[in-house]
Amino acid sequence: MGSSVLCRAGIKRGVSCMLLLLLLFCFGGKCEVQESKPSPPTNLQPVENEFNQPQAYPEEERANLPMFTMDYSRIQIPFEITLWVLLASFAKIGFHIYHKITIWIPESCLLIAIGLIVGAIMHAVKEEPPAVLTSNVFFLYMLPLIVLDNGYFMPTRPFFENVGTVLWYAVVGTLWNSIGIGLSLFAICQFEVFGVQDINLQENLLFASIISAVDPVAALNVFEDIGVNEQIYIVIFGEGLYNDAVTVVLYNMFSFLADMPVVESTDVFLGVARFFIVAAGGILFGLLFGFVAAFTTRFTHNVRQIEPLFVFMYSYLAYLVAECFAISSVLAIITCAITMKHYVEENVSQRSCTTIRHVVKMLATVSETLIFFFLGVVTITTEHEWNWAYIVFTLLFAFIWRGLGILVLTQIINPFRTIQFTFKDQFGLAYGGLRGAICFALVFTLPDNINRKNLFVTASIAVIIFTVFLQGISIRPIVEYMNIRKTNKDLNTINVEMMEHVVCGIEDLCGQWSHYYWKDKFKKFNDRVLRRILVRDNRAESSIVALYKRLELQNAIGLLDSPMGDLSAAPSIVSLYDERKEASRPKRKFLAGDVRKMHDILSKNMYKIRQKTMAYTNKYNLPDDTRAKEILIRRHASIRRSLRAESFREPSAQNTFKSQKYYSLQPGGSLETAFELRRRSNGADVDLSARPQSSDVSPRSSSRSILPMRRLNTIKESGGAVEPPAVPPHPHTDQIDGDKDPHEPMQPPQLTPPGGWVRETHNGEGNPLLRHPSQGSRGSVRF
Amino acid sequence: MGALQSSPGQPEYVDLKEKTGFSFSQIRVLHKRFKLLSHNGETLKRDHFNSIPDLACNPIRSQIIEAFFDRRNFRQNGEGPVDEIHFEEFLMVMSHFKAPSPRMIEERESVRREKLRFIFNMHDTDNDGTITLEEYRHVIDELLSLSEALEKDTAKSIADAAMLEVASTSMGHMEPDEFYEGITFEHFLKLLKGFEIELKMNVHFSMMDTPTFCK
Repeated sequence: MGSSVLCRAGIKRGVSCMLLLLLLFCFGGKCEVQESKPSPPTNLQPVENEFNQPQAYPEEERANLPMFTMDYSRIQIPFEITLWVLLASFAKIGFHIYHKITIWIPESCLLIAIGLIVGAIMHAVKEEPPAVLTSNVFFLYMLPLIVLDNGYFMPTRPFFENVGTVLWYAVVGTLWNSIGIGLSLFAICQFEVFGVQDINLQENLLFASIISAVDPVAALNVFEDIGVNEQIYIVIFGEGLYNDAVTVVLYNMFSFLADMPVVESTDVFLGVARFFIVAAGGILFGLLFGFVAAFTTRFTHNVRQIEPLFVFMYSYLAYLVAECFAISSVLAIITCAITMKHYVEENVSQRSCTTIRHVVKMLATVSETLIFFFLGVVTITTEHEWNWAYIVFTLLFAFIWRGLGILVLTQIINPFRTIQFTFKDQFGLAYGGLRGAICFALVFTLPDNINRKNLFVTASIAVIIFTVFLQGISIRPIVEYMNIRKTNKDLNTINVEMMEHVVCGIEDLCGQWSHYYWKDKFKKFNDRVLRRILVRDNRAESSIVALYKRLELQNAIGLLDSPMGDLSAAPSIVSLYDERKEASRPKRKFLAGDVRKMHDILSKNMYKIRQKTMAYTNKYNLPDDTRAKEILIRRHASIRRSLRAESFREPSAQNTFKSQKYYSLQPGGSLETAFELRRRSNGADVDLSARPQSSDVSPRSSSRSILPMRRLNTIKESGGAVEPPAVPPHPHTDQIDGDKDPHEPMQPPQLTPPGGWVRETHNGEGNPLLRHPSQGSRGSVRF
Repeated sequence: MGALQSSPGQPEYVDLKEKTGFSFSQIRVLHKRFKLLSHNGETLKRDHFNSIPDLACNPIRSQIIEAFFDRRNFRQNGEGPVDEIHFEEFLMVMSHFKAPSPRMIEERESVRREKLRFIFNMHDTDNDGTITLEEYRHVIDELLSLSEALEKDTAKSIADAAMLEVASTSMGHMEPDEFYEGITFEHFLKLLKGFEIELKMNVHFSMMDTPTFCK
């Protein structure tokens, strides 16, 4: 209730800010028109005299020191750029205030909508949008940022496992789409009645290649939210990424061809050959620059402040050099980012690493926001040429060819896949093919010698807006309704872990090599050769070591503050005190936190040949890598705990009742404080090194079973032993703090704790497994 | 296999194909593998399995090996362990890992049961049809045997947690004095109901390359 009031207030504030900014901008624009020339410097006068002219300038008046001058034209360009960026960012703030909006309406829609509004305003005041979206600006400044982000945060392992499929869809799919749409549109052009006869084949193909660039950001967000299975996700992600490269190649090729009056077959062959050169060249350049970057960072331990710079400079260099040679710069920068990422992140300090990630994300978000925003503005302010037939047919063919393409391609590639795509998957793939930024930018920067450029612009904008709005908004309900195969995040039970081991074992038995073989080879090569060269070893400030040191410090502080020092970093493992009688029954409750912890132990310690990663990257968020840190912390904590276990176990609980079970009391912990603190830390992200003070017990007394050790009727004694597992990661999040996960990093897997758990208040009666000791074994119930 | 050991001809394969559902090429590949593992002998024994280097790092190696020598997996409704297996039994066990063909939705359920039965048999070493806590603990111990920094109690508590999980999933609310004997196969099924094991527990047989065994 309060939050909605807050939301409204926040929205009002946001809107008024935006309006203010808008007015300011318009005003600034107007000022430019009325700008007076800056007064000429008066020291020209001595020069004038030598020409022996009568004083051209009037007697120099005694000019007073000007109190207030304004020289707008000097700052005009940076100022306007900044205002635009700010405006777009305000828009983003605006619709994240009420976060539910972004669930139902993808961000790109909202951005375009805001752009439309701004465009309408500008149109009303007869203002022109700044002519900054030129080809150079887009290709040299905006696109590399977006692509760098894609490459840097690409989930490499799923990608390489599916690389064949991804490339198949990206390359062949885009080709199929372009040629199909191009030819169909050309066929349409033949009909006189539509009035587009003057568009020749090359132009149609060019346009088709632009249209077929898929930008599935919105679809990806939806897929990730719903938790659609990994395969579809990575295929769409990879496709969106790599068909940028293909589209740009095609675009260049077709625009080159469009200039030529006649196309011969040799040109087609040359085109194909060129494609391969372009692709291979891009990858080569990327690798080169990636390795050089990694190597450079090996020596930067003394100049930590400029470490992030290398990442950006080298990637940008790769991009530019590739552009210079007209090979695929997109591929170059992606390969560069992938290559250098791991080595660089090991070489640089923790802060540099965070900085790099943040800046990459920031730049990419800004760039993309701007593009969508401009799309909205330009929609209103350019002159359009609307041709019903062409545009409607474009839309139609875009859908048809994409659907057909996915169908056919899947049929061909399914036999080669272990997990094959069902029809639902294919529908998801086809429907997720939204068009977006690249399409718009490419069409906007078409050379002007194409006489129907306005028609193309209109058609592309129509397609983009249609797909983004309609498909983007509807994809979520459709996918949920269709119940596409999801990742089984919640069923990660122990049994499942075991099953995975069994499968791995069988595969080993069969001498199965598939992707593991190459990965193994690469790993060996990597360890032996590459890492020796590229990674700086034996550094005192290795990031892991530094992290460890910090943890030690935190733990030391925690040790001093908390009773028994157990609150700080030790997640608890409930240990079992055996009864003298049949020790073979499980007899106590496990709290959800413990189970989580167990799952994590299992997943950490088990032999995982093929890890299934579940942490994809949302395009607008930083990736969540707190798991790796958690592993470190947990290891650390378990070692600590084992050291302290003997000295600090509470003896009292054991002696009282011999024949029952109780929880191992982690001294100093209790259920209430644990949950309460966890809630608090959830809500307010409390700095947990201060946590011990927040519990209202005086830190040093241990005997006061710090919390009501609840005596459950006559038999069970319980006490909460739970350290919220959220504790360990927090001491480090305020240092590392890079990741934008607002909730505790260990979100419990969606295990609904079965009825007998966690409800401490039930006094254990609901627990089926607590034995009634006074009644011996009343017979077992078998089902 | 009889007298036709060296190169079983097509008729043998046809028989096997019908029983196990593998294709001819898969059977051929697996046969090559079998011969390699058994050093061209006719039967496989446990030692042969132990000599596979890759398998050595798998913590539940012994369970996997046992599974091969367990009559329950031979689909002949037998029980108890054997000491050596022939190619046919090898294939039978391997057939549990075959991917279901995507068209046959009806078969999915039975394929699922089969695979789950396999896993169940791996847990249930004493053949009594239930997985008791001891057996489960044993398995978890094995699973975690490769990790160093764990306490002894951890495996036990994990096993307890798992049992609890099954208990609550399958039996819901129990009286305080009731007592959970062990996981039966039905409970096991229920526990893993949402998990599409038929899609995950697959080995892509046609892409094997037997020479890499000698790494």
